[in-house]
Amino acid sequence: MPVLQKKTMLLLPGLLIVGALLIVPIVWLLGLSFVSEGRLSLEHYQRIFDDPTYVKSFAITFQIAGTVTGLTILLGYPLCFWMLRLKPLWRGVALTCILIPFWTSLLVRSYAWLILLQRRGLVNTWLQGLGLANEPLALMYNVTGTVIGMTHILLPFLVLPLFASMQRIDGDLMRAAAALGATPLFAFWRVFFPLSLPGLTAGGLLVFVLSIGYYVTPQLLGGGTTVMAGQLIQRNVELFSSWGAASAVSVVLLGIVLLLFWVMNRLVPLDRVFGG
Amino acid sequence: MEANHGSSGFASLLLAVLGIAVLVFLVMPIFIVVPMSFSATRFLSFPPTALSTRWYLEFFGSPEWTRAAWVSLQIAFVTCLLATPIGIAAAYGIHTASGKFSRAAYTVLMMPLMVPHIIVAVGIFFIYARIGANNTIVGIIVAHTMLAVPFVLITSLSGLQGFDMTQERAAQSLGANRLEAFLKVTAPQIKGSIIASALFAFVSSLDEVVVSLFLSGGASSTLPKRMFVALRDEVDPTIAAISSMLIIASLAIGLAAMIATRKRA
Repeated sequence: MPVLQKKTMLLLPGLLIVGALLIVPIVWLLGLSFVSEGRLSLEHYQRIFDDPTYVKSFAITFQIAGTVTGLTILLGYPLCFWMLRLKPLWRGVALTCILIPFWTSLLVRSYAWLILLQRRGLVNTWLQGLGLANEPLALMYNVTGTVIGMTHILLPFLVLPLFASMQRIDGDLMRAAAALGATPLFAFWRVFFPLSLPGLTAGGLLVFVLSIGYYVTPQLLGGGTTVMAGQLIQRNVELFSSWGAASAVSVVLLGIVLLLFWVMNRLVPLDRVFGG
Repeated sequence: MEANHGSSGFASLLLAVLGIAVLVFLVMPIFIVVPMSFSATRFLSFPPTALSTRWYLEFFGSPEWTRAAWVSLQIAFVTCLLATPIGIAAAYGIHTASGKFSRAAYTVLMMPLMVPHIIVAVGIFFIYARIGANNTIVGIIVAHTMLAVPFVLITSLSGLQGFDMTQERAAQSLGANRLEAFLKVTAPQIKGSIIASALFAFVSSLDEVVVSLFLSGGASSTLPKRMFVALRDEVDPTIAAISSMLIIASLAIGLAAMIATRKRA
């Protein structure tokens, strides 16, 4: 092994703290997940597949993450496409509007939705005022509330990488397609959309992967009924002190998360996804 | 892509309406909380039927809330002081060294952004339980520093990528040692990124909920932890006042970071 360069010493403090507080605990949890009553066992993993509570929790986690990803794409793609046509000043304004929620605390944003979605809240008042609902709808303390809040919170994570990748698409290609007789829709579908796919996939994967590990928003807006995988971990630790169960769920969740990050990294380098 | 490529006016209009609607959806919830926090009644209405600063007075008059706010500010400040140099040193190491090791180190240092916070929280809680560091301010600071390192790393790396490293080598060939060359030549030119990364580190700690939920308690409770616990029980309007103050603080910090990095370009 070559002697470590002096420069790599600069990495040590960072690696040390991440190693001690992230890698070591994860290895610890990994070990713990295979032990039951002092013996090696797969019991904790078995439970994830057998116990209806666990199966249901993982199912709802993927269901919510999928819905949130779909909604952010539905809202984010047209937004990005529209922003490309804006003059630099208005594009700056639009980007600031996207960054404002990005900067604001997750807890504050979940709280905002808690006020907006309550029975006598603003959204219900508007829906009834517009005649879209006859009586206050149950918009929170259920899956609906969780999905609305998470879509709002995660939308910037789709928009920022997607917009950055759309900006790199050469506009001349669309003009060339038009010059060759393609209708705008055809040019979009055959030229622009395929070129935007890597950015869209990376952004979508990022939203999905962040969604499946969510805790705060489902806990506040989901009420007691929507138990996502993150809440399953917390409950096992805080209510039942069953570390084995909590660690097995953590390991499965983390495995999925890291796998998806790995796939994402193949499509678009991580620093581009996070760097915006 | 700025030129209108001959699409029909209707489609353009539809796209614009949709785009603006999504922007409103993004911004509205945040800005609606601020006026609501000035409601005089316990039930927060919009627009408020009568204005008052009642919920702000409630916050500043409560030793529990102000104590939590003070704890959070202290933790965020020290976290920023620790994470900024650690992150910048790592960014510099990764930027100047190349090869597999620096690539792997980058991935490891980015891990705190990838691992779900609930797993981070449970893992650290478990380690801290062994060494008696739970419910201590130092324990939270160390955990928050770890979580803030990737933010500093990304921001200062992007600053370094826009900097011409030959300048630093020139300084060294003129007799400056490595540290001098960094401090006198490189640092002033990536000042914007350094300021921005410090601001991100500060705000990431100030807003952090999940890890604090597990690691802090009693006198070491952070503001987000108290808010979260209060929200679980009832929708306390005092939280609207705190949220409004946090919104203003995040906006100010975010804008400052944006201006700081823009100057560099």
